[in-house]
Amino acid sequence: MPEQANASKNSLMWLWIVLTLLLIAGFAYYMFEANDKTVFMPGPMTSGHHQIELACDTCHTDSFTSADQFQKACLDCHGDVRKKPFDSHPASKFKDPRNADLLASINALQCISCHQEHQPAMTTANGLTQPVDFCIHCHKDIGEERASHQGMEFATCNNSGCHNFHNNRALYTDFLVRHLDKPVVAEKPVLPAKEFADRLEELIDYPVDKYPITPLLVSQADAPRVDQLNSEVQRDWLETGHASSGVNCTACHEVPVKGEDHLEWTDYPGYANCKQCHQLEVNRFQLGKHGMKQSAGLPPLQVSEARLPMKEDSLHKQLDCGSCHQPHRFDVQEAAVESCLTCHNDQHSQSYKDSPHYNLWQLESNGQGKPGTGVSCASCHMPRVDFDINDWMSRVMVDHNQNANLSPNEKMIRSSCLHCHGLSFTLDSLADSELIKNNFNGRPTVHIESMEMARRDLLRAQEEAAQAAEK
Amino acid sequence: MKYIRKSLVTLSALSVVAIGSSVVIAADYDKPSISAKTMADALHLVMDSDRTIYTRKIVNRLVKKEKVIKASEHFEDEKALVLPAQMFRFGSELVAKRAEKLDDVNFSYSLQSLWPINKQNAPKTDAEKTGLKYIAENKGKNYYTEETLGGKTYFTAVYADTAVAPVCVSCHNDHKDTPKRDFKIGDVMGGVVIRIPMDG
Repeated sequence: MPEQANASKNSLMWLWIVLTLLLIAGFAYYMFEANDKTVFMPGPMTSGHHQIELACDTCHTDSFTSADQFQKACLDCHGDVRKKPFDSHPASKFKDPRNADLLASINALQCISCHQEHQPAMTTANGLTQPVDFCIHCHKDIGEERASHQGMEFATCNNSGCHNFHNNRALYTDFLVRHLDKPVVAEKPVLPAKEFADRLEELIDYPVDKYPITPLLVSQADAPRVDQLNSEVQRDWLETGHASSGVNCTACHEVPVKGEDHLEWTDYPGYANCKQCHQLEVNRFQLGKHGMKQSAGLPPLQVSEARLPMKEDSLHKQLDCGSCHQPHRFDVQEAAVESCLTCHNDQHSQSYKDSPHYNLWQLESNGQGKPGTGVSCASCHMPRVDFDINDWMSRVMVDHNQNANLSPNEKMIRSSCLHCHGLSFTLDSLADSELIKNNFNGRPTVHIESMEMARRDLLRAQEEAAQAAEK
Repeated sequence: MKYIRKSLVTLSALSVVAIGSSVVIAADYDKPSISAKTMADALHLVMDSDRTIYTRKIVNRLVKKEKVIKASEHFEDEKALVLPAQMFRFGSELVAKRAEKLDDVNFSYSLQSLWPINKQNAPKTDAEKTGLKYIAENKGKNYYTEETLGGKTYFTAVYADTAVAPVCVSCHNDHKDTPKRDFKIGDVMGGVVIRIPMDG
């Protein structure tokens, strides 16, 4: 009997050893070999990052990533907007030793102090993992400094139309004061015009030597077997900015041959060559929801991976330049509306074609409305902005990083809404979730007090100045 | 052979002396020879001179005398000149950023006031509070002290910031957020605080 007991003990031990080894092998496989390492994820990711959950090393850059390494990873993607004027709380503000006491309550030098990943239970809008009244740490005396703020709850600082911790550009008091009493619709509502083609020669990064800006004729098309070229392709190319700016067939269709130093024609070149002339647009695209997977070294986003409602028959599609800009035609009108609606299927998107904005878009598209008066999906979500291309120059371009203009929605006030609408109407509209759902078909039913507060502040200051002058 | 060896020995000895002396020569300008106070005074002299020139020759001239442009806190939105206080602060932020890459260069500075338009520029530490009060009450004198912040010891110097041009006075007296509307030219309006770490 004791022998039998020993034998069963032994086999149990062997079973335990084998299972442990299998477990270790399984973990090792997932850790070092498997592409999908989500088994190690401590919790689901925010909607901002879920697309790159297969690229752990985008953020976890080391085996035991330090806080500084995490910070660098955050800035690699988000660094361009963590500076003034796009950030009213940039790191530079907190590096001064005189603010050491503030950092002790909340370390504003590290993004992860307020934005932790894998914590869905404590994550609120915009990936915030601090309690919403976090402003209290540094601004507890605001009621004494500003009479207008007396008695307000710190949980309301972040309310729509009040303050954004980072981008406060459309909400600071003097901005509100400058926009007091503006009508609902501006006298001349018009969106910024295109300018890329007119400025090619002065743009340092544009390959003007390779593609001299001389309009090309159909006889100059340099595709092989040009005589067999589809007439629709020919017409599309001739009618676009490509032919009129000297960009020939080979500019897009010739790609590097692997391991060799020459180029070779291909019928399906993909979009690698877009970057030659549209580097900035591609860079911005790869910072947004549509292209961020590619910048993390992953395959392009497939529509089915989106967390927003998408159309059933588009779920198999993958996103790259050509998803919205159909090759050869590159119709920007189509890219601005129809391309979006091919996939997006939420209530806001579904309501667009019943909206006054779409009505204006149709009028402009059929020549009845003046240029710049139509409002497409892109007018608000990928607007034309005057973008700083380096420290010394800017150019008007379509910002293909739709995140730059998305959430909180006050980010779109300056880049989109104010071209056509007054600020007070804009603040009210952006705070009205029902109005947003029906794509601004109607008037806002909520009212934001910020403008009145700014007016009272102005009147108080004027009164004080007058009293001082009397003295 | 013996001669060659001797020459090599001599050459090596000479090289050692040469290398040694070059170290000595480098050490002459590299060894610590100024106090934290002298360094702060020198830094302040440069800051204050640049600040005075910008305020007088650019802002006051173009805004007050020639009346061709405004100066505004929101200079980008209003297509205006950068305010002198902002010019100073932007410089200080750039210094902080550049100094991060220099191991031996470590100091910070800021412009503060007992009557700040932006409340974030009010004195916060005890040294700042005492220093700003001292320079306002003792015209022409600077304030020097040591203080510990975030576990580090600093030499802290406070210098008076005086209204040098009519534009200083008019902007501060008229600003909607100002807590004081009766500044006159020559008044101490605030102070420059320079900090140098004492423990490396």
